[in-house]
Amino acid sequence: MSNLPFDPLLVSIAAPLALALLIALGLPKRWSLMLSYLAFAIPLLLGLHTWWHFSAVPQNQGYAFLTQYETGLGGLGIGLKLGLNGISMPLFAMAGIVGFAAGLYAIQSGAERLKIYLMLLLIMQGGLMGVFASVDVFFLYFFHELALIPTFIMVGVWGGRDRSYAAMKMTIYLTAGAMISLVGLIALYVQSGANSFDLIELKRHLAAQPLAVSVQQNIFGLLLLGFGVLVSLWPFHTWAPLGYGAAPSSNAMLHAGVLKKFGLYGLIQVALPLLPEGMGHWAHPLAWLAVVGNILVVGLITIAQRDLKQMIGYSSVMHMGYAFLGLAAASVLGIGGVVLMMVAHGLSVALMFLLATSVHHRTQTFAMDEMGGLAAKAPVLAAFFVAATFASIGLPGFANFWGELTIFVALWKFSPLITVLAIAGVIISAVYGLRAVASVFFGPASQRMNEVAQAHPPTDLRWAERVPALILLVALLFVGLWPKSLSDPINGALAPKTQTAAR
Amino acid sequence: MNLETVKLAAENNLWSAIVPELMLGCIALLLLVLEMVLPKKHRVAIADVATAGVFGTLLGVVLNWNVGLNGVETFNGLILHSESGQLMRVFFLLSALMVCLLGRVALARQAMPKVEFYHIVLVVTAAMMLLAQSNHFLMLFVALETLTIGLYILVGYFRTSTASLEASLKYLVMGALSSGLLLFGIVLLYGVGGNAALSAHTANSMHYGELGHFLAANPHNFLASLGVVLVLSGVAFKIGAFPFQIWVPDVYQGAPTPVTAFLAVASKAAGFAVLIGLCGPGGVFAAYNWLTTPVLTVIAAATIIFGNIAALTQHNVKRMIGLSGVSHAGFLLLGVVAAPVAPLALGAIYFYLFAYLLASFSVFGVMVHVAGPDDSDQELDHYAGLAKDSPFLATVLAVGLGSLAGIPPLAGFMGKLLIFIAAYQSGARWLLLIAAAGVVVSIYYYFGWIKAAFFESWAARPEAAGTRPARTPVGAVTGVALGALALASVVLGFYQGPIGAWFTR
Repeated sequence: MSNLPFDPLLVSIAAPLALALLIALGLPKRWSLMLSYLAFAIPLLLGLHTWWHFSAVPQNQGYAFLTQYETGLGGLGIGLKLGLNGISMPLFAMAGIVGFAAGLYAIQSGAERLKIYLMLLLIMQGGLMGVFASVDVFFLYFFHELALIPTFIMVGVWGGRDRSYAAMKMTIYLTAGAMISLVGLIALYVQSGANSFDLIELKRHLAAQPLAVSVQQNIFGLLLLGFGVLVSLWPFHTWAPLGYGAAPSSNAMLHAGVLKKFGLYGLIQVALPLLPEGMGHWAHPLAWLAVVGNILVVGLITIAQRDLKQMIGYSSVMHMGYAFLGLAAASVLGIGGVVLMMVAHGLSVALMFLLATSVHHRTQTFAMDEMGGLAAKAPVLAAFFVAATFASIGLPGFANFWGELTIFVALWKFSPLITVLAIAGVIISAVYGLRAVASVFFGPASQRMNEVAQAHPPTDLRWAERVPALILLVALLFVGLWPKSLSDPINGALAPKTQTAAR
Repeated sequence: MNLETVKLAAENNLWSAIVPELMLGCIALLLLVLEMVLPKKHRVAIADVATAGVFGTLLGVVLNWNVGLNGVETFNGLILHSESGQLMRVFFLLSALMVCLLGRVALARQAMPKVEFYHIVLVVTAAMMLLAQSNHFLMLFVALETLTIGLYILVGYFRTSTASLEASLKYLVMGALSSGLLLFGIVLLYGVGGNAALSAHTANSMHYGELGHFLAANPHNFLASLGVVLVLSGVAFKIGAFPFQIWVPDVYQGAPTPVTAFLAVASKAAGFAVLIGLCGPGGVFAAYNWLTTPVLTVIAAATIIFGNIAALTQHNVKRMIGLSGVSHAGFLLLGVVAAPVAPLALGAIYFYLFAYLLASFSVFGVMVHVAGPDDSDQELDHYAGLAKDSPFLATVLAVGLGSLAGIPPLAGFMGKLLIFIAAYQSGARWLLLIAAAGVVVSIYYYFGWIKAAFFESWAARPEAAGTRPARTPVGAVTGVALGALALASVVLGFYQGPIGAWFTR
């Protein structure tokens, strides 16, 4: 048993939101900062707790830690039902880890109006924990939107270049994606006849009376399009690099790292098990869009980027291509690989955004042509950056390796040609990753870099920056060296599911 | 007529059933008396009396929620008491309360007589409450005219402002036209219903129940169809639906802001209460759903598209909120279209109306504080730096606009979700897709407004900061009211409690 006298899931959602409320009501700044450590630590600790105890905890209908709270719409089958299965637990823990790192980084960042910045970040964190803890599809959607709102404001107020345009573009794209998926979810709700948004109830109902194949395909198409926009499926990806390029670092860490996984999570947790006939219909168009669009085209665009943050933004769009490929393969192996990769990518992209901002503090620019030779002045930063790049490329030892490897193995059965093209993408990501390392840290320092160095001599990574980076790196290595700790629960949740798909 | 007849008539009518309306009428008269008897320096208290009177009436209705009259007709069938009627009473009283509060802020900047404003607001509110409960076309028309004439005066209340007068004239002309259409429709229905050559004809063919019977027996009568469409046109004017929305931007801009709020919320809701009585399940026109459903579907689609696209280019916030209100009428019409088929739809419409009330008055509440002496001149630029100068107003504005846009975790999202589910249940899928697209479009202008209030880059324009009118500081009572509205918008977004159970029965 979990041995906690409270519901860990509810507390992990409520703690950040409660502090955000306190700050809104006028908590003094000193207290706000102190309590923020606590409010970011609670989701982390509870996330690790659920991970640690997951296999030991008794499961109820496939979910551990299952609880339900009435909110007044029981008549419609809407209720705050919380629980974790093998797919949501790794992401729940990842959200806790990345949230803590982003929170620590934000507290030391010294941003203007830090209190409000932290308040928005806390709302985001609460929403993120809620996304992965919800068993009710309504609240799944609800928490996603809750976490999304701070993004718009943070990009607009604290953002960098083009922030106003970026915030507007992100808002419209993401609202469009959310509305399309909402229509799909409503269609699923009404067509299923289950009169419930509860995933367990929907699953039971649809297992007994599956929908007609064409209905499944249509609803799946809506969900794929809607969720796809949210995960930056090519050609609906243009909001992502722009938005991440403008977003303040902690916000980019949480959005690119965790929140963007919502679309994939929705497809895996809702669309695949409930609409088993849907994926087969869309697999080929999806796989080609992903491999040609997300991986090859966006990969080449990434190579052309000279702005460090834009490059990371594009690379995250590219990596989502692999996730779509794993979905298209639609086997236990492929989807398991996607979940692993979601965790790994969440950690690694957050680390990249964190380090990119630390680089910016030392170079006063994101333009890679104007940097160079930073390794001599900041060796620890360079070491972290190299490690993060290796993780992002998918070298063995890091979590990303296992995710990509299993996806490729599963994909070979689906289509060898696509697999070959996708593996070519790995070379692309090695090219831009290593080129970035080279131009930022090695080689001769640029003219501008020397001027900046004279004005503000660059220091190495401070401890306040090292700790969050270290947390992310350790998590990446831990999963990379012991993937079984995540793959076992994932397989446990997926195995019965794909049997129904195969039937 | 001798005294005995009058006494008999008085005894046969259940006056106690319309005590809230009577109370409003009495308070309205009391205000006029007070203005005559009170010394000049004490006359500011008249606004307090009006506000307290509305609040007391509201409390009375809520405390006497169930008086055992549901389903009972009084006044010879003129009025039908029902739970939804009670609900709409609460709705109109809440609106009137907020209009009184906003009126104090807005009128303080004008050298205007103030008593008449409250007087007319109370009378109009009583008329709306009767309208929502009317069960007879006579009652409907009298109540509708009472409220419309009151609104003509209120729209032109700032009589020294040409914009206000122009708005009043436009509203008068368009209102007269729509009243004419409505009356023509009623007359046609009355005439055809009394035609002795037709089956189920009735002498009392203005009574909803009798007319409904007659229409059910003659479901394809041409004259009756014409009457139905004309009546719907008259109502479409009230709710600002396409193609009768053309008056909306000018009138909303010219009218004093509290009156704009009254038009946008209460007057629109009154139209929908009538529409539900006519086209809802078991409504008068139930037998003519073959006609009303396609007509309303087309109107809803056109209203959503027009409202959202027209609002995109507006810089005057009053015009923008007016046109966004047009699109909200479209979303509500989606619910009305679904109502005959989907059992959820009625509750969804009522929930949406309440969410719309909370959100709209939050926004209008901020608007009256930001506006200067020229009430029609309220530009987006005037909101620059609001978040810095007044975080409270900026938060209330953001919550209100977010709820109007339908962003979770706010009440407006729940309203949209319920309406969308009902629409899908009824099979109106294309309309649902249009509505979803409309939501995305609406994000642009709502977000632009939030951007104006929050994002630094807009505040950086010094010429805008120099020319914008001085803002009014927030008073204690108004502050509490606005805070309560915003809080309710947030809480109702995720926890509906017993209210949610009531709306989704």
